[in-house]
Amino acid sequence: MELLSFGDTGWGDELFFATLMTIAVSIAAMVIGFVFALIFTPLKLSKNKTLNVIGNCYTTIIRGVPELLVIYLLFFGGTGAAMYVASIFGYNGYIEINAFITGALAIGIISGAYSTEVFRGAILSIDKGQFEASKVLGLKKNIQFYKVILPQMLRLSIPNLSNVWQITLKDTSLISVTGLVEIMRQSYIAAGSTRDPLFFYSVAAVLYLILTFLSMKIINKLEVRYNKGF
Amino acid sequence: MISIFPSLLNGAVITLKLLASSMFFGLLIGLLFAILRINKNPIINKFAYGYSYFFRGTPLLVQLYLIYYGLANIEFLRNSFLWVIIREPYWCAIIAFSLNTGAYTSEILRSAFQTIKEGYIEAAQSLGVTKKITFYKIQIPIAIKQSLPAYGNEIILMLKGTSLASVITIMDLMGEARKVNVLTFKPFEAFITAGIIYLFITFIIHNIVKYLEKKYGFQT
Repeated sequence: MELLSFGDTGWGDELFFATLMTIAVSIAAMVIGFVFALIFTPLKLSKNKTLNVIGNCYTTIIRGVPELLVIYLLFFGGTGAAMYVASIFGYNGYIEINAFITGALAIGIISGAYSTEVFRGAILSIDKGQFEASKVLGLKKNIQFYKVILPQMLRLSIPNLSNVWQITLKDTSLISVTGLVEIMRQSYIAAGSTRDPLFFYSVAAVLYLILTFLSMKIINKLEVRYNKGF
Repeated sequence: MISIFPSLLNGAVITLKLLASSMFFGLLIGLLFAILRINKNPIINKFAYGYSYFFRGTPLLVQLYLIYYGLANIEFLRNSFLWVIIREPYWCAIIAFSLNTGAYTSEILRSAFQTIKEGYIEAAQSLGVTKKITFYKIQIPIAIKQSLPAYGNEIILMLKGTSLASVITIMDLMGEARKVNVLTFKPFEAFITAGIIYLFITFIIHNIVKYLEKKYGFQT
């Protein structure tokens, strides 16, 4: 147990901050994913064939390729691409992209593909009458979206978004391969220096279980709140 | 681009082998735990629930590390005959993947068992079919048919999951792509080619499942 104590002798504080890092990366990735989803959902629902194909390519490719591949591509390819862009502007030094940004972006792209599917499903399941009624009332297109469609879409998406959140939370463990010190990486370091992998990976598993358990509780509360009046 | 193709294909064969064996063992584990989940005994029930909660609530990477690095730490396992299995990364990967997909499969099958219409079971009972035969000849086939679409998704998720084997030194498709990247410093070529192969495998699995659904699934 003294292995988990806080301070210089134990790994408690390190693991605590690693847990915070996992939460931070997950939230960042989820937000980035929302941005991607808000761009690609309209494309997937669009009647324009080209836009439609672009939207479908995004979700199909990202969901058909291992998460690790996206992370490696951004981690190894991102530096090269950034240095190439910089060399055009006359800077030839070495650029290292922050592991947090790469990781959050990679996981964000992945969770964005899942969120896109969730939003698409939610919009499709909104009653057609809602669109027609808001049109008849003479609402402008953007007000129609923000005041009528978006609130209903969010309510309908919460149960599925909670799945996306769980997937995202677990996917952040993969960022450890790029060296970002989150739960998985910290347990790897601790296991290496104490030679007790069984203990530290069990601790990691328990930390993830606590995170998934707590987020389930919070999301359930949200769901009840947003379903008031239904 | 062409020169790296053969080594990536070799990796793809290992990926498919890993996938096939973990899906096979995973299905057996999933079926077992689905049956335990619908058992009325609360202790058996809770145990099966705990199993699926643990494996679905933690990342696959943690499970893989626990089995690959963690089990080797137990003195008593190291001295037993099991050491022959758990010292091989390949077998560790299969154990981790099977246990993981087993948990998801058990959930898929459980919900399929629970949505079987009472009428089927009652009809079998009134025909005088024994409980055992009702289970093997009616409940299991219907549950399998009903869970085909969800199971197809699970196969694809597991295909993506097998890429983690590369972190414990297995040269699967991802491992080969990493090697190519390290040797040639061309990350885009290596990873995009690997990505195309992964997509191709996903596409084939998707179509096989679709075909099976059409042939054996319920028409809705």
